[in-house]
Formats: sequence, structure tokens, C-alpha cells
Amino acid sequence: MIQVLFQQKLQILNVGLSSFADSIARAGGSVLQIEWVPPAQGQPEIGRALARLVNLLPVEIANQTAFDAYQTAQPVLNGVSSAGQVLPNMAERMILHSGPPIAWREMCGPMKGAIVGAILYEGWAENLTKAEAMASSGEIAFEPCHHHNAVGPMAGIISPSMPVWMVTNTTNGNQAFSNFNEGLGKALRFGANGPDVISRLKWMGQVLAPALRTGVELLGGVNLKPMMAQALHMGDEVHNRNAAASSLFLKRLISALLKTRTTATDIAAVVEFIAGNDHFFLNLSMAACKAMLDAAHGVPGSSMVTAMARNGVEFGIRVSGTGDRWFTAEAPVVNGLFFPGYTTADAAPDLGDSAITETAGVGGFAMAASPAIVKFVGGTPQDAIDNTMAMTHITLGRNNAFTLPSLNFAGSPAGIDIRKVVDTGIQPIINTGIAHREAGIGQIGAGITRAPLACFTQAVSALANTVASG
Amino acid sequence: MARATRIIQNFYRDSVSLMQLSSSFAKLPGVEQASAVMASANNISLLQEAGLLTEPVQASANDLLIALQGEEADTLESALTAAESALKEPSPSSTGNETSCDMAPRSIEMGLGNLIGANLALISTPGEYAASEGFKALRLGLNVMLFSDNVELKDEIALKQFAQEHDLIVMGPDCGTAILNGIPLAFANVVRRGVIGVVGASGTGLQQVTCLIDRWGSGISQAIGTGGHDLHRDVGGISMLQGLKALAADPSTSVIVLISKPPAPEVAAKVLEAAQAAGKPVIVNFLGADPDRVRRENVYPAMTLEDAAAAAVALANGRTPDIKKASVPPLPMTPLAPGQRYIRGLYSGGTFCYEASLLLKKELGQINSNTPVEPGDRLGDVWTSRKHTVIDLGDDLFTRGRPHPMIDHRLRNERLIKEANDPDVAVILLDIVLGYGSHPDPAAEMVPAIQKARNLAIKAGRHLVIVGFVCGTAADPQNLSRQETALREAGVTLAESNAQAVRMAVSVALEAAAVGERP
Repeated sequence: MIQVLFQQKLQILNVGLSSFADSIARAGGSVLQIEWVPPAQGQPEIGRALARLVNLLPVEIANQTAFDAYQTAQPVLNGVSSAGQVLPNMAERMILHSGPPIAWREMCGPMKGAIVGAILYEGWAENLTKAEAMASSGEIAFEPCHHHNAVGPMAGIISPSMPVWMVTNTTNGNQAFSNFNEGLGKALRFGANGPDVISRLKWMGQVLAPALRTGVELLGGVNLKPMMAQALHMGDEVHNRNAAASSLFLKRLISALLKTRTTATDIAAVVEFIAGNDHFFLNLSMAACKAMLDAAHGVPGSSMVTAMARNGVEFGIRVSGTGDRWFTAEAPVVNGLFFPGYTTADAAPDLGDSAITETAGVGGFAMAASPAIVKFVGGTPQDAIDNTMAMTHITLGRNNAFTLPSLNFAGSPAGIDIRKVVDTGIQPIINTGIAHREAGIGQIGAGITRAPLACFTQAVSALANTVASG
Repeated sequence: MARATRIIQNFYRDSVSLMQLSSSFAKLPGVEQASAVMASANNISLLQEAGLLTEPVQASANDLLIALQGEEADTLESALTAAESALKEPSPSSTGNETSCDMAPRSIEMGLGNLIGANLALISTPGEYAASEGFKALRLGLNVMLFSDNVELKDEIALKQFAQEHDLIVMGPDCGTAILNGIPLAFANVVRRGVIGVVGASGTGLQQVTCLIDRWGSGISQAIGTGGHDLHRDVGGISMLQGLKALAADPSTSVIVLISKPPAPEVAAKVLEAAQAAGKPVIVNFLGADPDRVRRENVYPAMTLEDAAAAAVALANGRTPDIKKASVPPLPMTPLAPGQRYIRGLYSGGTFCYEASLLLKKELGQINSNTPVEPGDRLGDVWTSRKHTVIDLGDDLFTRGRPHPMIDHRLRNERLIKEANDPDVAVILLDIVLGYGSHPDPAAEMVPAIQKARNLAIKAGRHLVIVGFVCGTAADPQNLSRQETALREAGVTLAESNAQAVRMAVSVALEAAAVGERP
């Protein structure tokens, strides 16, 4: 009965004309002004779909299920193999790329360059010209890494004989994969495909991969979640800063490597390679995040985002309750700090599967753990905390495994809820590297970007169609 | 004549802020006309109608559009730049060292995190978004007051049914006034608290009744608005019935007043049945309804808003309501010039205008209006009065692209001068509405125009009678007695209520007609 209201203190949320809130406050009432803007980018029909989903029981239950699966996942690095051997549905003449699906002719420069490099690496063509002709001929299948339980940073190129990390979520057995990190500078993932790049890839396949395989076997697997959590306490956010995590991983690995039959020369080369690459852990972090999020994927009715990925042209997301569908929008340009000699005009639009880390509640979402990161956009440590706090308004909960010292060890905000993104207009924040728009030049900077709202509005509309009213 | 436009993408401001900005932009050097709007299709067509836009613009509803008109293109360009920088100046609330911990809430759900125990959402967004905000609020367990208009009837029905199923109430859409637990909401007056509970489908009707109750020494327990369509057949009076039931169960309420235009018969039957069962006296003012169809045990019909307030005060004081023919307050008479015989009512409150039409029609026959009681009495040209005319200046016809006449008195002042120049006009009828939301000093806005109107008439050898009433209370921010004094000093004869003012106007008109008939 509404007369209950007459016995309560009236507490008002004012949505719209702020003068009404002023009047209520003047009259002694308790009122909070909502900084309202039309939700769903001003599309009333999607706004209606959103309103129907707010606090809807089947969605709330589905989200609990999805979030629990994410939260209880235990990603463990338990092997090293090659893509052709272990990736589900990997064909012989197939190359995987980052982000949502894209045709060869639409791809950005770095992705095309990396594909050509992968063709050379596989030995399918003997020179650049022939490799390009082959790529455009249609005889090679191009598919997103995400369609094969895999993730790759930047261009995200994985071809059949490339080595991959194997990560298993021991809680329910799902697997995720990622390629190896080549280091900074001229690298395949930025579209570089010169002889030095190809020969490094060969070395990674012939020396690095076997050494790591035996090392990981000897270790009996590496539980990645505690390692990520520890790195968060050491100034990493395990997306754009992996200095601590890479060191922690190497520390675990060295003694194992020394116990294997790997030659001292090779061990030295492997250790030197890993020690020289502060991003070495990134691909492990990504595979771990992918394993945690795949566990949450496919729950009917759930509005939790399970992937955010970019192919340099489009930004795409997948949502637990809407299956394998991608919701895409134009990939944004990254706001950041450029290496000397480069500007925004040189930058490729946002690229790579690495936003899987933000999707899993680390990266930009855990920025509070990594104040050094905000230097990329000239920010302060307070900005890093603010960014993390802002994400609490668009997420389902906190990941209690990933605690943040500067927030009094509160868990990192995790489980992006498309409803909250569309309702508040707060866009998920992403820390990321910036690739040169032309193939082969490499990384030219790093910074912060935000997931485009249009992906989320489309997803809300699609999810609403799958859920009965109530 | 030059025109210039500028689009600021993804930049939102609410409509009241935009009106304030528009009027400040109009004062920029070289600018004759200015408008800042969200670039919805509807707003763009309004600008085209107003002649501010002559070419199509590429903009969406989330973009802000500034359109200027003036003599020279160059000055307009610099005015646009000045306007844009004024827009982008941070508002005081968005500056300072805010941390995200107290980040301003962007949604109702987010607001619930900041205001634990919130129990009402007051929604005044543009109509196309209002129903969705209402649904969100209800789904999150909040009662809703929907000030927004232009909400589709099917949405109103869905909102109210959902609310009813979840023991919540939706006041509105198009609900201008409510007073809950002593807190005035939207356009409401600061009235004394007391034992009289009111449920009204009309905003100004609620304001009139609550203000008169205050004026006559009683007070209000709750004043619940339902929105103008609640007693529509398809809505079925859901909110009025909920409000009535709640007041019936409320120990702080001993008398109940219901206000509406005559409802659909089946809805009226339901409401009256519930009123009879309320266990407390219920006064019913269905504007223009036959009292005999309303009267029953425990249920007292009231012909006017004034009658409803008087009956409520009587019952609250333990007396039986005594509704006789109400008195006409004495009117200082100055002889009218020959030919002066018509009444022109210039109203800012829709219900006042409608009530005036009803009362005048009984005494004087045809009353022309833009919102007539009888369809046949509709004015062909709303900008030009004919014979006895009452105008609701708050009608959409007058408010498109312009603030409501309770906030902005310019349109009414212009119309007042026009009427004063008409030699046939004997009486001007005015309402002056106080309270939160209304203009901070209506008398100051109106007095110069009133003086000008009177002087025009005097110069033409006529005497213009100006009758009005102030709907407000002593505790209102504008202060009732200060407003009344200023208006009296300007020569306005003030009544306590709309009904009294109308009766005074009638007595002048009847007298004029009688004089006219004499040889």
C-alpha cells in the first residue's frame, strides 16, 4: 500500500530539470540530482529495451551464474604447443587475427603486414609479393582468434605452426590459448614482417617454445591468478604494464629451466629474451582472462560482457546471453603518449584482443593498482583511482582475487554489464598500446581509450529480444 | 537578414537550461533571435517553422544545435563562438576536486547507490524518454512522479498497471504538482500541513485548492497528482483510486478532496464508489459535472475549485459544508465607455481557463476559447479574441519553443496590450500563479504591462477593468501578500479565487450589457 510512503522520509531522485531538485532542497526535502542524458545514445526504442531489462529477475539470476563462473575460474598454464595441434577447428591453411571477423581487403595495415609475415613464416610463399597475392586470393581462411578459444595482442596473428600457451580453467575444464609475445619494436603483431622478425619467430618456435614446454611441464603447471594478483600489488595492471608479472613468471621458470636438458646456451638466450621484454607476461594474462570469461559465456539472459576485441577497423564485444554474435562499431583512436617523431595522425585505430583484460576486471579497470600507467595520458595517481572507481558503476561485482592496495584492498570492478553501460553512458576504459597505421613500423605509443557505446546499445537491443518481459 | 548555426556533438543540456541559454544568446551583440536546442527531428522542425533554420542540418538528438538570426553573418559567427564557449563553461557542480567515489550519478540505478532509502523518482525528461525512466524507477522499487508530458497512453497504462501490481504509485504523466509529506514537488506551493488530503488530475486545480485551504486556515496532509489522463476510460483512474485508498487509510487525513474534469462514466462510477467507502468525507469536484450524479452518502459535490476548498475547510473544522450561491465581492465601479462589453480571460493555468469557461458560459452564453467547453466555441484564430474569450496561454499552441506563461510573462503581456486596444473590451481576467517552479516575481513582470494597458484605455476614453487572483501562499518563495499588494497598486482588483474573479467579471459584463440596452 502506498500510504507506507506517508510514514517514511521522502527521498527523491530527480531525473531531468535540476530546478526541481533545487526547490525540493530549499523546502527541506532530501533529493539527489541525476546527471541524466538520454540513454542508449538518444535512441528511445533501445532505451525502452533497456528499461525492460533493468532489475529483471531472469537477467539478475543469469548474471549471478555468469559472474560466479568467472569469479571461481582458476586459469592454470599447463602446456605449450602449436596452434595447429591444439586450437579447436584450426584448419591447415588458416590464419587467426584479433578482434571481430574482417575480410582481407578491409583489414588495417598492421594486420595485413602481420598476415603476410605469417605466410612467410609458414613457408607458404617465398616472398612478400607472392605472400600478399596469396592472402588476397582467398585460399587462406582468416578467422578471429576468439572463434578458436584464443586471443592475441595487436594484430593477434596466429598461424598453424606458431607456438601457443595452453591455459586451462581447472574449475570447469575450459581451455584458452594465446601466442607468445615477441617483445617491443619491430614485431609481427604490429605488422612488421622483415627477415629479422621472421627469424625471431623461427627461434621462438624452435628454441623458446620447447624450453618453455619442458619448463612448464616440470613446474606441473603455473596457477596464473595468484601471479596476476601479486603483480597488481607490484604496480602492474597486467595489460599495458606487465613488468612485475613478467619478472614473477621468469623467477618461477628459471629453476625449472635449469633442471631440464635444455642447453645452457639456450637457457641463457631464453632468459635473456624474457628478461628483455617487460610485456612477456601479457599473452599469459590475456589467455588467463579469456579462460575466466569463457566460463561465464553462454548463460541465456546474462548481460555480462565476455569479450571486447578490436581488429583495427572495428571494435567488437560479445555478451554472455547473446551467444557468438559480435556487436561492433568503428574502432576509436587512442588518446595517448607517442614515441618521439609520431603523432595521432600516424596511429592505427584501436587494435588487438588485449581488451580481454579489461573485460576480466584488470587492465584499465585495475588502473588504481598501476598509477604509472596514467602517465601515458598525463594523468595523476588520483586519476588512476578515479578510473577504477568509475568502472564500479558499470560492473556486476568485484573480483575478490584481484585486490587493489590503493583502494584499501577492495576487489577490482569486474563483469561489465551492458545495461549499466547503456544507462549511464560510462564507457569501459581500456589501457592499450598504439600501432603505426602502416605495416611494419611497430608500436608508436600507448594510452587510454574507451569502448564505443554503440556496441553496447546494439547488445542491449539484442538481449532484450531474447528475454521475456516480467 | 543572416542566419548561422552550430552543432556541438554529443552534448546534452536539459530543456530549461537551454531556454535560459537561448535567451542569453539572444542578448549577444548582433543577434536578433537565438535558439539552443537538442537537435531532435521535432526541435529541428520547430526551428524551421520559426525561420531560424533554412537549410537541412546533419545532427542527431544527442547533439546540441545553436541557431542564430541577425543582420550580419560576421557578427553571428562571433556570437556563435561566444555561445559555444558559454555552453562549455563548466557548471559549478562539475568543477572542484571530485573523486569518482562521489561521482555524480548518471542513472536512477546509480543514484540508488548514493541515496540509500530513495523512495520516489521525479522525472521531467523529454517525453520520448520519460516512460523508460519511469519503468526503470518502478523496477527498482521507486514511486514515480512523471512531470513529463507527451507520454503515450499505452505507456501510461503499462506504467500504472506495473506500479499497482507492485504497491507503487505513478503520479502523471503530465503531473505538474504534488505535495508529499510536506515537500512541494515540481510546480507546487508551500502550504501549511493539516488534515485535508487531495487527489487531483489537474495541476493548477490542485494548486488552487491547496492554496485556498491554506488561505482559509487549514492545511494539507498529502496532495497527490495523477496526471490529466488518469481518469481516461483506458487508464481507469488507477492512480486516483490508489491515492484515494491511501488517504482513506492514512490516520493523518480526515477529509479528502478529489479534483478532475468529468471522467469517463464507468471510471466516475468506480471513483465515486471508492469515495463512498472511504470512511471519511470526500469532496468531489468533477469540473462541470452534474452535482446530483456525484452526491451520495459521504460524498459532497463541489461545483468549483473554490467550493471544494471551502467544503474541505468546513469539514476539517467539524462543520457541514454550506454550498450556497457564492457571493460576489464588491467591485469599485468606474463607468465604462459605450461599447465596452466583453470579457477577455488571459490564463496561464489550463484548469483555471476551463473553469472560467464553464462559469461564464452559464451566465453569458457563448465563450470563445482555444480550449473550449463546447467544441463549437473554438476560436478560429487563437491570436485574435472574439466577443467573450478566454485563452489558455499554457496550451501547446503557445508554448512550442517558448517557456510556459507561468515562467515567462512576455506573451501574456503582449496579448494584454492587444486586448486593451480593443474598444469592445470591458474586463480583463488574469491568474497569477506562485509557488516553486513559477516565475520568482510575477507582479514585477506584469505591472508595467498592466499600467500600459490601463493608460492606453484611458487615453482612448475608456476604463479597463482588470480582475485577477493570486494562487499562492504566504510561505511561497514569491510571498502572497507582496504580490497582491503590487498588483493592487497597479489597479488590479483581486479576488481570492478564480471563481470569485470570474463572478466579478460577470457582474461587470452584465452591468455593461444593461447600460448598453438603455436608451
